[in-house]
Amino acid sequence: MTDTTLQTPAERGLLPLPAAVARPLIAVGAVGTIASAFMSWTWTPDFPGNLTIYGYPAGLQILALVAGALTLLHLLAQWRVKGLGWLNPSGATSPVLLTALSAFAVCWFTGIAIAVDLGGLVNLDPGAYVAMVASLLPVLGALALPHPAPGTGLKGYLGKPEQPRPGTLSPLAERAAVTVGTALGLIVFTYGIGINDDDSETFIGFLLVCVFAAWGLVHSGLLDRYTTMSTRHKGFAACLAFAAAVIFPFTQSNDHNANIGVNILIFATVALGLNIVVGLTGLLDLGYVAFLGVGAYAAALVSGSEYSPFQVHFPFWAAALTGMAASLVFGVLIGGPTLRLRGDYLAIVTLGFGEIFRITVNNLDGDSGPNITRGPNGITQIPDIQLFGFNLGDSHTFGSFTLGRFANYLFLMLIITAIVVLVFTRAADSRIGRSWIAIREDETAATAMGINGFRVKLVAFALGASLAGLAGTVMAHVNYSVNPQPYQFAGAAPPNSAFLLAAVVLGGMGTVSGPLLGASLLYLIPEKLQFMQNYELLAFGVALILLMRFRPEGIIANRRRKLEFHETGQLDVPAQTTLSEDAAVTKAGA
Amino acid sequence: MTTPVLEARDVTMRFGGLTAVRSVDFTVNSGEIVGLIGPNGAGKTTFFNCLTGLYVPTEGTVAYQGKVLPPKPHMVTQAGIARTFQNIRLFANMTVLENVLVGRHTRTKEGLWSALLRGPGFRKAERESEERALQLLEFVGLAEKREHLARNLPYGEQRKLEIARALASEPGLLLLDEPTAGMNPQETRTTEELVFAIRDMGIAVLVIEHDMRFIFNLCDRVAVLVQGEKLIEGTSEVVQADERVIAAYLGEPFEGEPDTAEAAEVDTAEAAAATAEPAGATTARAGTAGSETTEAGTAEVEAAGSADSTEGETQ
Repeated sequence: MTDTTLQTPAERGLLPLPAAVARPLIAVGAVGTIASAFMSWTWTPDFPGNLTIYGYPAGLQILALVAGALTLLHLLAQWRVKGLGWLNPSGATSPVLLTALSAFAVCWFTGIAIAVDLGGLVNLDPGAYVAMVASLLPVLGALALPHPAPGTGLKGYLGKPEQPRPGTLSPLAERAAVTVGTALGLIVFTYGIGINDDDSETFIGFLLVCVFAAWGLVHSGLLDRYTTMSTRHKGFAACLAFAAAVIFPFTQSNDHNANIGVNILIFATVALGLNIVVGLTGLLDLGYVAFLGVGAYAAALVSGSEYSPFQVHFPFWAAALTGMAASLVFGVLIGGPTLRLRGDYLAIVTLGFGEIFRITVNNLDGDSGPNITRGPNGITQIPDIQLFGFNLGDSHTFGSFTLGRFANYLFLMLIITAIVVLVFTRAADSRIGRSWIAIREDETAATAMGINGFRVKLVAFALGASLAGLAGTVMAHVNYSVNPQPYQFAGAAPPNSAFLLAAVVLGGMGTVSGPLLGASLLYLIPEKLQFMQNYELLAFGVALILLMRFRPEGIIANRRRKLEFHETGQLDVPAQTTLSEDAAVTKAGA
Repeated sequence: MTTPVLEARDVTMRFGGLTAVRSVDFTVNSGEIVGLIGPNGAGKTTFFNCLTGLYVPTEGTVAYQGKVLPPKPHMVTQAGIARTFQNIRLFANMTVLENVLVGRHTRTKEGLWSALLRGPGFRKAERESEERALQLLEFVGLAEKREHLARNLPYGEQRKLEIARALASEPGLLLLDEPTAGMNPQETRTTEELVFAIRDMGIAVLVIEHDMRFIFNLCDRVAVLVQGEKLIEGTSEVVQADERVIAAYLGEPFEGEPDTAEAAEVDTAEAAAATAEPAGATTARAGTAGSETTEAGTAEVEAAGSADSTEGETQ
């Protein structure tokens, strides 16, 4: 405390190094990290990703390279190099530290993973040592830079630095920025999904870099700017995101990744439907996956599969409507008696109804009941969807691109997700959406304002259910079969009710992009980290606790939630109070 | 002035063995401001909840403009009775404008389909709702804060927003449950003006309040509820002069004649207290005999009112 009086606090970092030394140290370290990526890190290609070749970075080396480059960029921005001011408008130290940490984390993780996997430090090539030493330097240097909040120790770096209010760009430039941001997002996502399922190490490295780099971007204010810009050009950003998703299958040579993409989209669509029920209306539904199951079973029964007791073959649009209608009826049947309950009681009853569905289909096997669902065997050999003369099961070639079966389904699912997003945003920003939110906020007051609580809740429940049913119809066809097993409350792999709820809560309740992101993460992580299978639920629980501690509003917060959990006083006043349409649009989501 | 807007006939509300409201007859005429007072626990809020359908009265009927009201809060609002709450119940995490828009719920029809299809009818209705909501915010003086979250408003403005939200349902009768609780004198005065302005819009107002000055300034008629029963109903003057009201608030004088020693003791104590009392308090007591007792009653009730935040509606 006393030495703060001797020296101006802004000049002192945590480590007693003058800034004139610290900055070159970071630069040297960052360049060293980049250089190390071109060296050999281990002698044997046994380690995933083949890190043995000089001159060709691969796997984790690419991640180290990117992290090093990001560190360098952030340092230069913090150094006030001309033309990079936009990267870190507040000139804060923490983005440099966080990106330096991303490089440090990936390099040291790799070094340790090589030593552990291959049995000993002897397996490390000089490149790995260079990487580890070089990546440590920027962290030390960043800690020596002027401390953001003197006297608080390391904690001072966690607080998000104050951002100067950004100047406005021309609409064209903003759109360009949104485009670049979305393209970067697509590249990162494609890289992540493209990591081989056996390369768990690479995927962990990828996650490490992503988390720290994203954290750095949050601290530098870039992510906020991207968000405000894309909210300002909402339609444009949505089209762009859709375009990015359409491009995705073309970037994949492997249909397996398209399969992951389809499953993510199904999962995300269902999560978005759940978001209407949980995020907007505030009804905790613990049995939501049953609606997905109802849709899937309904579609399977009318699919023309020879194992279906009904020998009918509906065209897809009719099957989709059947699935939606079945889920809708089921939703109303469950919602009718249960929605008169509030809070915990509702949660428990929905949990019960969800299990009832699974147990019922398990028992409609001809022994304990009529043979409709063939019990645990499920309905198999569901034929592929025929759409406008295209058989979605066949590969189609467009120019030099071949789109496999899952890529076809990915396109179908994209259209369905787009519809669900549209339904969500439009419903949320309307009379009915406002009454949902009002009921979530205070049901007694809402009824006193003339809202028929039961009816409005039932509409939310039924809408959520039918959207899940719609996703279910596609899911039945994608997986060739339906069986009761996935439609349980909690399991090791999505979709199940617990994962769906987690996707909504993790991603951000009441938003559109939140559940999409949450679902992607919750699907990808178990998929890519196969070795964790036994510890998955444990890790999942720890992640949830950490998130709820540090970011209770979810990864993507809507404005309302952010204010709910972080007291900001009157700081939420919008920048300009024009009575324009978009003022009314922002609150709904995204 | 004479058409009745609200007619409560023989309303009784029992919770198990406890009779909170006992055969209350009550009428509010159009263009009237009626006050409902009574000591804490007298059943005022319970009676309010019976009127608005939050409780179903054990016996009796409530009629609005000649039609018996269904016992469902949303249908009561639909019929034309809007209310505010004793403990502010805004939609805390919605903006000020959205709060008022929710109040418009009963006066708009757009369901899920029109929200999804966004036809011209939907846009028109949304625009009209927004215009009307902004007018109301203008009316209560919150138009500049329309994009604030309701929870971030200061207390007095939250009360105003609650009134604006209630007005958005275009009621014929507005029920205000302690609209000035916790307000300073200046805010109370603005609320008073606001209530007069609402009356001038042609809306009848029924107010529960503990602030006697506010009630007697405002109301054309005042009803007193004591232990669930309506004690008296009449103009401010009548109610202020009524001995039973004073008794209900302050208690009755001791029945037995005090002996002389006791009386002398009380006299000396009173004399000592009078000399110690600050000048301001004595001037407040000066005045006619009738208003003197009321003033004392007001002081007593206000003191009690400050501790009275637990008597909420237990929905």
